[in-house]
Amino acid sequence: MIFSRTSIRAFPRSSLPSLFRSRAASTLAFIETSQDGKIAQSSLSALSAAEKLGNPITALFVGGSAQKGAETLKGDYSVNSLKSIIVASNEAYNNYLPENVTSLCVKLLEDPEYSHFIVASSASGKNVLPRVGALLDLQPICDVTAIVDAKTFVRPMYAGNILATVECNQSKKLISVRASSFPAASAGGTEVPITKAAEQPKSSIDVKWEGENLVKSERPDLGSASRVVAGGRGLKNKETFDNLVTPLADTLHAAIGATRAAVDSGLCDNSLQIGQTGKVVAPDLYVAVGISGAIQHLAGMKDSKTIVAINSDPEAPIFQVADFGLVGDLNEVVPELTEKLAK
Amino acid sequence: MSKSLRILVPVKRVIDYAIKPRINKAGTGVEKTGVKFSMNPFDDIAVEEAVRLREKHKNLVESVHAVSIGPAKAQDILRTALAKGADTCTLIDAKEAELEPLAVAKVLKRVVEAQNANLVILGKQSIDDDCNNTGQMLAGLLNWPQATNAAKIELDAARGRVQVTREVDGGEEIVSAALPMVVTTDLRLNTPRYATLPNLMKAKKKPMEKLTLADFGDVDTQARLQTLKVEEPATRSAGVKVGSVDELVEKLKAAKAI
Repeated sequence: MIFSRTSIRAFPRSSLPSLFRSRAASTLAFIETSQDGKIAQSSLSALSAAEKLGNPITALFVGGSAQKGAETLKGDYSVNSLKSIIVASNEAYNNYLPENVTSLCVKLLEDPEYSHFIVASSASGKNVLPRVGALLDLQPICDVTAIVDAKTFVRPMYAGNILATVECNQSKKLISVRASSFPAASAGGTEVPITKAAEQPKSSIDVKWEGENLVKSERPDLGSASRVVAGGRGLKNKETFDNLVTPLADTLHAAIGATRAAVDSGLCDNSLQIGQTGKVVAPDLYVAVGISGAIQHLAGMKDSKTIVAINSDPEAPIFQVADFGLVGDLNEVVPELTEKLAK
Repeated sequence: MSKSLRILVPVKRVIDYAIKPRINKAGTGVEKTGVKFSMNPFDDIAVEEAVRLREKHKNLVESVHAVSIGPAKAQDILRTALAKGADTCTLIDAKEAELEPLAVAKVLKRVVEAQNANLVILGKQSIDDDCNNTGQMLAGLLNWPQATNAAKIELDAARGRVQVTREVDGGEEIVSAALPMVVTTDLRLNTPRYATLPNLMKAKKKPMEKLTLADFGDVDTQARLQTLKVEEPATRSAGVKVGSVDELVEKLKAAKAI
């Protein structure tokens, strides 16, 4: 490098040699959509996190629903620093198969313009980002909960018991962000150009997406719901879980969550698991029913605004984090609560 | 079909999952002296799966090799892996250096090559750094397919393919890939067995190759991220216990929570 950092700064931006102008910082944001082009809540949070980086943002949509997703972003959301949208509609990117998506991301990120790559800490984001990092020889910063500045980030470790502030001086910063720590991009519209990504040669890796089995639900999405009712082992069986948790959640218009114990005992589907190894939520109201409060579970919910615990065991650790605790028999207390809230 | 599957299982020594970590006096990291360490729970599941694959497909699995990169004491968890059914293992002594996932993946790539492994089963994340990186990175470096968060692994020997049911945000999805490949385990893949005392005794006789990080001197293992500080998250203010449902509803209304 001919110029030291300070001497670059001494130049007014317009007089910089083109080499440097092309290195103006910019963020590439990986946006996930459902098949009908709806943008994932976690990606909307990633967009608002991207705004905090202070760079112009390019949103990247991939797969069969990319074009629809791009139009949704343009038409329905307001992201101030969004400057362009890239669409890569190739079917090879369907279902975000990392073997194929990674090569596209790597190709795009080779452009020195991009100083940051941001993804949501969703199942797909976690699947793709480290692979991109390995191929670019960069260590990503994962599950970021706060952005201090463009190279300094806060991330939880040890099931959320430790917060580490890390500085990244790599040429590019690859980050995944925890959705519950950033608000979703606001509604509105943004007038930006949509461009098509250059076609990439098909990956030689023999991998095939065989199918999926998704839980259909009319409930709010667990990751972004403002209210969550969660059940634990104290509910004993699936019948009690359905009879107690579901009506309470209905009354509160809440999403349903669960502990690992509840999932492992077959009380509900495992996509509802909240905790270090499941989803991380931070709703306005979290109602924990029959949950003891193991640290792995607390890791997933202790940033909730108001926590209510209903448990028959007065010594349960959940009461140490609950704003309001009620000790009692779930079979009596929960229906009574449901009934009184319905009024 | 001849024995053709050589499974590599990387395992990490971490602070036991039941222990609440404390920040050390210097405020630079987590207190590690006098703290109980164990095998990372997800890695335990990876070992179990490798052993079960062999039990189920006796004529397919040639070897199960465990590897750990960490302090000398990581040999304890390698012995555990051997006691649970791994055949052989490699300890890569990194002393007190805490390698980032990228560095671990680079070293593991070498081990994969040395062992001629064609299926690597890792835990989806370690419960200390919570990165969830290494498996994906290793797959990327090797240019192999990856199946993360596995809830079910099925071998299709005839086609030389592995089919994996993955846990994803809305439920599960199924992917299949040709060997060689990298799989990372989710909690529901299996329930790890206990290492019995007789097996622990036998494990002492199983081979352990001892290397040091210096043996990988040409691999760049420098830390890319600098930890500026560590702190405990803000503690929640103590709440109240209410005596009845009515009181709870009243309090929730007063707090504008409902």
